[in-house]
Amino acid sequence: MKYLDEYRDGELAQKLAVEIHRFTTRPWNIMEVCGGQTHAIVKFGIDELLPKHITLIHGPGCPVCVTPLEVIDKALELAAMPGVIFTSFGDMLRVPGSTTDLLAVKAKGGDVRIVYSPLDAVKLAEQNPAKDVVFLGVGFETTAPATAMAVFQAAQKRLKNFSMLISHVLVPPAIEALMSSPDCRVQAFLAAGHVCAVMGYEEYPPLAAKYHVPIVVTGFEPLDILQGILMCVLQLESGRAEVENQYTRAVRREGNRPAQQLVREVFHVVPRKWRGVGEIPDSGLGLNEDYAAFDAEIKFGLADHHVDEPADCLSGLVLQGQIKPHECPAFGGKCKPERPLGATMVSSEGACAAYYRYRRHNLVETNIK
Amino acid sequence: MKILELNGACPVPLAQYPQVLMAHGGGGTLMHQLVENIFGKEFSNPLLDARHDSAQFFVPPGRLAMTTDSYVVRPIFFPGGDIGSMSVHGTVNDLAMSGARPLYLSCAFIIEEGLPMETLWRVVCSMRDAAKKCGVQIVTGDTKVVDKGKGDGLFINTTGIGVMEHDLEISPKSVLPGDTVLVSGDLGRHGMAIMAVREGLQFESTIESDSAPVHKMVLALIKAGVEIRCLRDLTRGGLASALNEIAEVAGVKIAIDEKLIPVREDVHAACEMLGLDPLQVANEGRLVAFVAAKDAVRALAIMRRHTGGERSASIGRVMEYSLPLVTVRSAIGASRILDMPSGEQLPRIC
Repeated sequence: MKYLDEYRDGELAQKLAVEIHRFTTRPWNIMEVCGGQTHAIVKFGIDELLPKHITLIHGPGCPVCVTPLEVIDKALELAAMPGVIFTSFGDMLRVPGSTTDLLAVKAKGGDVRIVYSPLDAVKLAEQNPAKDVVFLGVGFETTAPATAMAVFQAAQKRLKNFSMLISHVLVPPAIEALMSSPDCRVQAFLAAGHVCAVMGYEEYPPLAAKYHVPIVVTGFEPLDILQGILMCVLQLESGRAEVENQYTRAVRREGNRPAQQLVREVFHVVPRKWRGVGEIPDSGLGLNEDYAAFDAEIKFGLADHHVDEPADCLSGLVLQGQIKPHECPAFGGKCKPERPLGATMVSSEGACAAYYRYRRHNLVETNIK
Repeated sequence: MKILELNGACPVPLAQYPQVLMAHGGGGTLMHQLVENIFGKEFSNPLLDARHDSAQFFVPPGRLAMTTDSYVVRPIFFPGGDIGSMSVHGTVNDLAMSGARPLYLSCAFIIEEGLPMETLWRVVCSMRDAAKKCGVQIVTGDTKVVDKGKGDGLFINTTGIGVMEHDLEISPKSVLPGDTVLVSGDLGRHGMAIMAVREGLQFESTIESDSAPVHKMVLALIKAGVEIRCLRDLTRGGLASALNEIAEVAGVKIAIDEKLIPVREDVHAACEMLGLDPLQVANEGRLVAFVAAKDAVRALAIMRRHTGGERSASIGRVMEYSLPLVTVRSAIGASRILDMPSGEQLPRIC
């Protein structure tokens, strides 16, 4: 397929791997921030082509995985309400809350529907004036403009029956939180190409300088990721810590200004809790006062309540790159994609699910599990 | 009253009732008319025409194969097929997976009150044509009508009986290390055709379902003396589910190569957009065949000669291993597990 096959070429991948081997003289830990990249790495077996002493650490960039339990519980509460059509991206349906998940609420009669775009939820609200349509707005800067556009359109159309449960998160504050942790082992970052397509990468040079880490904006195909890793290695080996852009076919330094403007119109920066990680200052988006009427939490008067993660689930440590998924005692036993303990086992972008789907045999062979 | 006509040959019978009523399943005059004018007329054959509670027939020599399947596809009509032709192809294909020549089908309709009579009739005509093409007779049936809102338009169950005119033991248990794995064409088309209609996705070209019978291909392989170890039609769960089920029963590792698996460009693009794996997407006219390696080239040539089988391909082989496993070599040459999809395939979110 055009624009994809070129970036999955086996021979070129081997050549890049040879280059990485040639320039690597010491062990390095590189974190890919985005779950989409984790998925591609494991699916295509990219890490198998790398020198043994390059360790890829899987970052917290999976929106499904970091959405806090409290938000899932609120979603479940809303979805079970009579007269509500609860809409969500498909991946969120299987995420376990503290007692159940959205699929189970649907089976009990809740009107839960998968949409591919938040704008479809706005359309549903127009088509069902007697119902209250709620959209579960999760994700990073990549999906924030579409969520913002849905709120903006709903306001333009003066829709009274549309609202959102928002749990949008931001990448740079999460990188900052990771780097400032004393346990942090990350020496370089592959920044998420799609996030940067929206936001650009002007936010990164201060981070690169403060923590002396190379940050390479990287795409999602095998050749993108290999090239991103090579660029990180070249910087690490020469002691540089700069921001570079591997994904030039999609990312400009300033990003997508109209999209950023729309996000600012609708949202402002708020503190946000990340599942498994805890609260990170200035790491989320909340609705601006002008759009508060579209806030489902206010509209339905949802109460805040604290819930604890299952004790057996070490997804927090996985998300922070402190352990590999298979090092969790529950991995593959108590916790499988069909019966996930934590969200990292649910989403196709979650590190645990990616390891389970694509790696069980290696883990068996090396007797790790 | 105007009689709806789709083509000159086949006006909708019972046009005085534009919708199916509860009474059409009630055992009285209306049901009698429905059976006579739609089912009896279109499916007519000597066994059905006897109008008995059960069809009676002599059994040809050989082992018999029997299977049943229910069809609940939404929408009822989709690019490349409909619930009617699918309910014939699917059951014929299940029989073919034993290497059986399909003989007879039963069909049971569960109709939601209010279903347009024209819809029912179009589905029945489609079943009639599919049965004719497959060389099977629909010899007995049943009709139930359920209240509005208690069904989703139309559900069909078909049961099939076929005769096995060979001595092969076609079963997952027969799969041996060294066997070659063949697929009978490009994968993922049915699932993506349905997804595209359901989700209102627009592509440059329409993706049409691959719904088709495969029994003639199988019978040709048997006739040619190909040592077939196992056959499986690739329906829900796609190639990934079929291979995993077979690996599990046979206790082997199945290693396939992604680059050798035929997937149409538009299907691949649609899967990329929705975050789906074409190897886990449903098909309705595709099979995977495990054959002895010595017969693989010959088998592939036979499969490619059949309509719809032109893109048949040899995609991998069976290996000895300490536990059942399916692995796939990725485009860049590394190996990973090919897992069954867990539950329904859900689209990725970014």
